[in-house]
Amino acid sequence: MYPRPLAEDAPIRRFAYASMVVLILSLWLVPLMAVMATSLRSFEEVMAGNYWGWPKSFNFIENYTAVFTQTAMARYFLNSLIVTLPSVVGVLVLSTLTGYVLSRYRFRGANLMFALFVGGNFLPAQIMMIPVRDLMVSIGLYDTYYALIVFHVAFQTGFATLFMRNFIAALPDELFQAARAEGASPWQTLWHVVLPLIRPALAALAILTFTFVWNDFFWAIVLTQSDAVKPVTAGLNNLRGEWVSAWNLVAAATILVAIPPVVMFFLMQRHFIAGLTVGAVKG
Amino acid sequence: MSTFWRNHRHWIAPTLFIMPGALLFGVVIILASAETIWVSFFDWDGVGEKQWVGLANYVQLLDDPQFHVSLKNNLIWLAMFMLAPPLGLALALLLNQPVRGMRVVKSLFFVPLVLASVTVGVVFTWVYDPTFGLLSLIFGYFGATAPALLSDEHLVTFAVVVAALWPQVAFCLVLFLAGLNNLSEDLIGAGRVDGARGWPMLIHVILPQLREVSFIALAVTVIGALRSFDMVAVMTSGGPFGSSTVLAYQMYEQSIFSYRFGYGAAIATVLFVIMAAFIAWYLRTLLKPEREGI
Repeated sequence: MYPRPLAEDAPIRRFAYASMVVLILSLWLVPLMAVMATSLRSFEEVMAGNYWGWPKSFNFIENYTAVFTQTAMARYFLNSLIVTLPSVVGVLVLSTLTGYVLSRYRFRGANLMFALFVGGNFLPAQIMMIPVRDLMVSIGLYDTYYALIVFHVAFQTGFATLFMRNFIAALPDELFQAARAEGASPWQTLWHVVLPLIRPALAALAILTFTFVWNDFFWAIVLTQSDAVKPVTAGLNNLRGEWVSAWNLVAAATILVAIPPVVMFFLMQRHFIAGLTVGAVKG
Repeated sequence: MSTFWRNHRHWIAPTLFIMPGALLFGVVIILASAETIWVSFFDWDGVGEKQWVGLANYVQLLDDPQFHVSLKNNLIWLAMFMLAPPLGLALALLLNQPVRGMRVVKSLFFVPLVLASVTVGVVFTWVYDPTFGLLSLIFGYFGATAPALLSDEHLVTFAVVVAALWPQVAFCLVLFLAGLNNLSEDLIGAGRVDGARGWPMLIHVILPQLREVSFIALAVTVIGALRSFDMVAVMTSGGPFGSSTVLAYQMYEQSIFSYRFGYGAAIATVLFVIMAAFIAWYLRTLLKPEREGI
């Protein structure tokens, strides 16, 4: 192991190490903890300028209720779920199919297609902004959930294809030979051989895609306009302009935006990390 | 029919499988990107007729002071982002200890990575707030007045990049921790037997084994720096006086707010060309083992 593990019998060094780690961790998370604390403060406290100290009173229920009842945050939150969940399902289905074909079939142009999937995923969003927006306007999807769902499924399929292709390519060849010997059709092979084996990959991909789509801001402001479809990220940015001095409420809204990806991350951390490092291509 | 199917299913089925994904990605991502390059040769307000202007948009870019600011800021982003891999490595070396509770500590360090950039932007806007911000508190403690970072045209980009580094360092940390887990114990043992420790150990024994991870961290960081948009949009909207714009943001502003879609497309194309060089370099390295593998 590197660096060399701290000796078990050096309590002082171990204590010093632990203190240092805790100190650095506190500095690392100070901004976030302050926002959490501010989301509990009363309006009077915020007006008095206490943003970084310990909250004088805890207004958890008042503040978070206010966010849900006095702002459009509940709507935004729901919108984000309505966009994100189908996008994740769509990406999983499409990329299982593309990944399976690209890993198990050889055909002319396969390498080029794969390179396009991977390369397209690194493109700056702005290079496709005008035509995508135009397309959504002309087929009547602009400012609907479908605009975001269609775009996210398309874009995330690039990364997901890389991910699934690599995973399926790593499955043992014998399985596929056996399936062929049994006379299994491609569809049967996919359904009965591949699918049961790629569950961990699907889990990792699901949580990664969820996080990417949930956190998207650019397409949220390019493809939506009305509060009825706006996702939380764009909504939070609006809210910040409208509720300039109500920092406690904006802080609570900020925390609400962060909760789903953070909870997902802690629940499925192993999958998340594995996914990110195996497919490490996301910016 | 069924004989036809049996004779041809070996290629019909895979074609049907790959079609939905390939078509969707091809049209919405690849074709759209190509179309932007085409649009960049037109004068277009987004609604009316497109007017062919050849290279006029690009000629105009050369003389646009705002474009120069964006380019310069993109360079600042790129240069400062280069801090993320070494900082991530340093943190990974610090945290890679088999101590009880370390798993939780590591996950807490990863948190900025899963936050939306809007969240990071909002959080750091408060850190930088000149009256109530954390920064002003710290400066006040030493009897000084904190600079209003986000309204200072010389400092604003640096302030935004520092905020953007927070999740980026976390990303590099994840990668390097994974890399440290895959080190060869034999090589480390051999190094230790030879008396290597400290810097020589890190540089001659450890880093060579982290080459692949370092490459990924570097590439992801470069691409992340060039793609920066969210933080600028959330923290400054390109201000004050356009001093913090980057190419991605200027493109958005020109198209959506000024209805100059042709000009915006030209900016996007420039950004694409710059990034294409890095993407090609990354793809070549990433796909090389695959090509040999098959």
